Amino acid sequence: MKQTRTFVVHVEDQPGVLDRVASLFRRRSYNIDSLNVGRTHEEGISRMTIVCETDASVARRIEANLYRLVNVLRVDDITDSPRVERNLALIKVSAGPDVRPQVLQILSTVGARAVDLGPDSVVVEATGTHEEIERLAAVLAPFGILEMVQTGLVAMTRAAERPQLSRGEAA
Amino acid sequence: MNAPLPRSGALHAPGTVLTGAEILWESLVRVGVDVVFGYPGGAIMPAYDAMARYPMIHHVLVRHEQGASHMADGYARASGKVGVCVATSGPGATNLVTGIATAMLDNVPMVCITGQVPGALIGSDAFQEVDITGVTLPITKHNFLVRRAEDIPRVIREAFYIAASGRPGPVVVDITKDAQQGSCAFEWSDAPIVLPGYRPERAPLARELEEAKRLLDSAERPIILAGQGVIRAGATDLLLELVGKRDVPVASTLLGLGGFPATHPLALGMAGMHGEAWVNKAIQEADVILALGMRFDDRITGNPKTFAQKAKKIHVELDPAEVDKIVKVDVALVGDVRDVLAQLVPTLDEKRRPAWLARIDEMKGDSAVRDIQALPDEGRLYAAHVIHDLWRLTEGRALVVTDVGQHQMWEAQYYKHDHPRKLLTSGGLGTMGFALPAAIGARFALGPHPIGGADPTEVWVIVGDGGFQMTACELSTIAQEGIKIHVAIINNGYLGMVRQWQELFYGGRYVATPMKSPDFVKLAEAHGVRGMRVTARAEVEAAVREAQASPETVVIDFRVEQEDSVYPMVASGKDLDDMIRRPERKHNPIYETGED
Repeated sequence: MKQTRTFVVHVEDQPGVLDRVASLFRRRSYNIDSLNVGRTHEEGISRMTIVCETDASVARRIEANLYRLVNVLRVDDITDSPRVERNLALIKVSAGPDVRPQVLQILSTVGARAVDLGPDSVVVEATGTHEEIERLAAVLAPFGILEMVQTGLVAMTRAAERPQLSRGEAA
Repeated sequence: MNAPLPRSGALHAPGTVLTGAEILWESLVRVGVDVVFGYPGGAIMPAYDAMARYPMIHHVLVRHEQGASHMADGYARASGKVGVCVATSGPGATNLVTGIATAMLDNVPMVCITGQVPGALIGSDAFQEVDITGVTLPITKHNFLVRRAEDIPRVIREAFYIAASGRPGPVVVDITKDAQQGSCAFEWSDAPIVLPGYRPERAPLARELEEAKRLLDSAERPIILAGQGVIRAGATDLLLELVGKRDVPVASTLLGLGGFPATHPLALGMAGMHGEAWVNKAIQEADVILALGMRFDDRITGNPKTFAQKAKKIHVELDPAEVDKIVKVDVALVGDVRDVLAQLVPTLDEKRRPAWLARIDEMKGDSAVRDIQALPDEGRLYAAHVIHDLWRLTEGRALVVTDVGQHQMWEAQYYKHDHPRKLLTSGGLGTMGFALPAAIGARFALGPHPIGGADPTEVWVIVGDGGFQMTACELSTIAQEGIKIHVAIINNGYLGMVRQWQELFYGGRYVATPMKSPDFVKLAEAHGVRGMRVTARAEVEAAVREAQASPETVVIDFRVEQEDSVYPMVASGKDLDDMIRRPERKHNPIYETGED
């Protein structure tokens, strides 16, 4: 049964590593819903959050195939783990002085905020799950969305343990 | 006048200031390289210039870089060691690509060293610049771009370690020209290599081993499917022990041939698309399949949904990414075949299976009487006869390198390999043009050629007229190196396997498969080796004996029956026991090996 699965992948911070991971997904026809990559607190280690729609058997092979990459340190399929997930979006809304109070009212209701006010527009910053962002965008759509960007999902388990990076194990 | 090349060389002590080019050869000698296959060009010239100071490494000048990669591959398959090829940047590097992909699909340990334009020019579309690490990313186990001389020793050590360990594969090391020209103090370490993200060793859990033993104990009609992993792991002795204890018949994949002796009473032969009828039927009737070091390739399984439906499946495989990829298995033992068998076999007691073996014998016996080998000589020359005679005259001990197509399947059916690493063939990628250069690599792995009768170190190329022409230029390499290889061209004037598919599946429309070839005898002679032609069965033995006795390479042009086909055949995607059979004798003068 297909479901949305979230992988946390720790990799060596080296040129071409993103290319290797992306190439793997492309080559094996695993469809990526979102991919986020950034540095961690540890020197030389980057962390990816990869979301894709797939079944458990393919998910296990995605994990095994990621482990075949020499620069991949650790792979965790955290789909079934208690976790925190966030997506950050910037939405530029067409909002002249006449409708601006309405826009700001919506933002304060949903916990989003305006990070830039222009004469005719507002840049909104929102964090949340993909669905929450989508709902906010739908509410703002009638005002006119000029531009929108999302980071893709970043996720972290709630467990109080430090991922062992020196020698990970495939499931 | 040419400057004289040095005749002997010595390694420098670590700490000596050397160029990157010298450091490359210092490193290659230290990881055990004694031969490289290559072709020079602008971006690799510093390395070539330095190579003359390292005569302990023999360089084989190829005629096309594809040949270099296949030679490195053949060397690796024959020896089990890492094969090395060298090429320049740009087109030199891209010409390696087919050979790299060939090695990747068949898990061959290989290191490809390519020159790259100077670091400052990378990304500028410089002359002969190509992003070869990008190009080879999906067809290498790993690859490196080296921009500094001081990184060369570490990268060479890591490249050889990655290529050879775990599930082997090709590694590309792309070295910029300025890294070759730059100088630094040469440092070398023999310390264990630590790559934090690389974990080649794996072992199954105790409960998985117990579950496998339970399934094996419950089996009434077990079969072993032996793949290349048996050969890579050197597990033939343990496999023999297992079979001896348990009376389990062994079917092989194409690349697994030789991992279990073909003349053993419980050896079934090759399974799959052109597997013998009794092998495929036995697989479909089995109740337990022990798959050893194989990956359920589509050429083995036929329709995976109907493959061995009655069987519980135990998969012993080094790479967890192969588990459940094509065929869902009941127990996966992720680990080296030898390590797993070493744990499993001692726990198994003796068991005899007269009923199951009798059932298989019945299927086999029915086929044996119709075997093409038993047919009288009617004046026609069939590829199967040629290969059977080659097997007989080489006493089954030669190293055979096949190309891709009909002759490859006939070889797998008729040359009975009793020893591992004696059949080299491109199984996964199916690369035409592989055989001749791979055989050159194998020749260097086996050492000087024998002259005289049958010898375990003789190398035979069995190749079609189409595939031979793809890399025939390497005959010049053979002549320049003064080496000896026997070449048997199975010449039917067609791209035979494609023609066979056209006959069976495309209404007999032979589009672009009739092929005119040069006079192969003259072609051989033009390259400075011998050529012979054989057109009748009666001439085969004398020609083979003459080739064996010849001090030089002999190319034999076997003019075989033109529209013969390989049977049995499981059409692509069909059930494994849904086989196309050879037409009856009244329509066709030869029978297949299987039953009708």
